[in-house]
Amino acid sequence: MTATTPAIEGWFTTGPEPALIGSACTTCSTVFFPRTAGFCRNPACNGDEFTDTELSRRGRVWSYTDAQYQPPAPYIAPTDPYVPFALAAVEVPEGIVILGQVADGYTVDDFQVGDEMELVVETLYTDDTGDRTIWRWRPVPVEPVETKEA
Amino acid sequence: MSHDVAIAGVGMHPWGKWGKNFVEYGVVAARAALADAGIPWADVDLIVGGETVRNGYGGYVAGATFAQALGWNGARVATSYAACATGAQALDTARARILAGLSEVALVVGADTTPKGFLAPNAGERYDDPDWLRFRLLGMTNPAYFALYARRRMDLYGATSEDFAQVKVKNAKHGLSNPNARYRKEVAAHDVLSSAIVADPLHLLDICATSDGAAAVILCSVEYARKHGLSDVRIKAISTVTPTFPNTVIDMPLMSTESSAGGVPEFTFKQSIGQAAYEEAGIGPDDVDVAEVYDLSTALELDWIEDLQLCKQGEAEQLLRAGDTTIGGRIPVNPSGGLACFGEAVPAQALAQVCELTWQLRGQAAGRQVEGARVGITANQGLFGHGSSVIVAR
Ligand SMILES: [Zn+2]
Repeated sequence: MTATTPAIEGWFTTGPEPALIGSACTTCSTVFFPRTAGFCRNPACNGDEFTDTELSRRGRVWSYTDAQYQPPAPYIAPTDPYVPFALAAVEVPEGIVILGQVADGYTVDDFQVGDEMELVVETLYTDDTGDRTIWRWRPVPVEPVETKEA
Repeated sequence: MSHDVAIAGVGMHPWGKWGKNFVEYGVVAARAALADAGIPWADVDLIVGGETVRNGYGGYVAGATFAQALGWNGARVATSYAACATGAQALDTARARILAGLSEVALVVGADTTPKGFLAPNAGERYDDPDWLRFRLLGMTNPAYFALYARRRMDLYGATSEDFAQVKVKNAKHGLSNPNARYRKEVAAHDVLSSAIVADPLHLLDICATSDGAAAVILCSVEYARKHGLSDVRIKAISTVTPTFPNTVIDMPLMSTESSAGGVPEFTFKQSIGQAAYEEAGIGPDDVDVAEVYDLSTALELDWIEDLQLCKQGEAEQLLRAGDTTIGGRIPVNPSGGLACFGEAVPAQALAQVCELTWQLRGQAAGRQVEGARVGITANQGLFGHGSSVIVAR
């Protein structure tokens, strides 16, 4: 019996409209990602309480690259032989730049700095418990012009 | 009151892959620096070691390890760790005791033996360690971070892969006759561009290697230097500032930045490192004759040129293309050959930069001399909010 579970607990929601989960300081309202607890890192704030907050699912590319060679452990390659993947740093409206792999099927040729990306959840690797998922950034298609597929 | 301290002597163990213990490299560099200063080991009253994290307990207490290897002489001891900025932080510790009048002559040493390939995190399941998580969750290697900065230069400022390759070509030429450099071979732009892409847009030859190596600096009070007729090269500033909240430029090994929603500081972290050094030295970017900056990648050299305010944001490629950053140009950058010719030996690297500037200011950088250099600056980035900039002058 295997199940699909996040590769890390409590960092993102799943379902049709997945989102990253951040922490908002209840004193100064600064948002942090990944989630934080215990103390606020805003130097002007002594806050120590946070509420979970779902971050915007769309943002703009700050920069991007790819991994042409298989990264070392603890990275777990989902395929053998290894298939390179793209990475993007995306700035969400909360003012946070967040790294993520780029969704399966896209390469660095598919977007540029400033382009819009949307958060998706895909399988990162599979272990004996089943598929382990992760957040990824997927290019948002520019508004499609009406065309008829042949 | 002047905050100057004197650089009495400098020395290095050549960079390479020698397969020896880091202590041996450190002792060679320390003895070279002592000989350069003409100061006997017995007169050193403080030793500060740069910690190395890959060499067991001896590396964690590097200061004491070097003191024992040189022969216990009763000196005070300290060990510093600040990732790539380790050497500068060690230097700052030595300077503080000298300026406080608590020490007169200090030996600062950093040495390392480094593994091959990507620097990977420690083993185990460590879900609370960002350095472990970035590999597990994203497969985010160090070159991938360098590549993010490089790509941004391309998309924002029109930098090209050819520009990045030309940084390597320049540095390879600079380092040709540097006896301490590991790579002493001309490189053509074509060689860089035809090497494998590691992390788009960076090629294998855009990214620095890891090396064995050691560097040592003897610091003393200005009074001691005058009394003994030592070198007139002075340390004017050592900046080891931390970032100012919010740190909005993604920094290795993190997966996110702090939020810019509440406003951003006047300077980015890397800009603030250089700015603090200028303020401490009481000089400005126009006063600088030569710079040694941390070219972990070719493109990062261009970032540092701007972060040190040697030109405006987005204009470093123009300096490069005009030959301004080549020896003989307006502001030579990395006359030593930089990390491109050395490879990185983490706890030694910031000290190696100071060694090079000392030779440059004394007019002893044979085959790579920046004529008439009087003021030099270093820049270097560590991890977890560490970085450094050192200004030396004569
Ligand atoms: Zn707060």
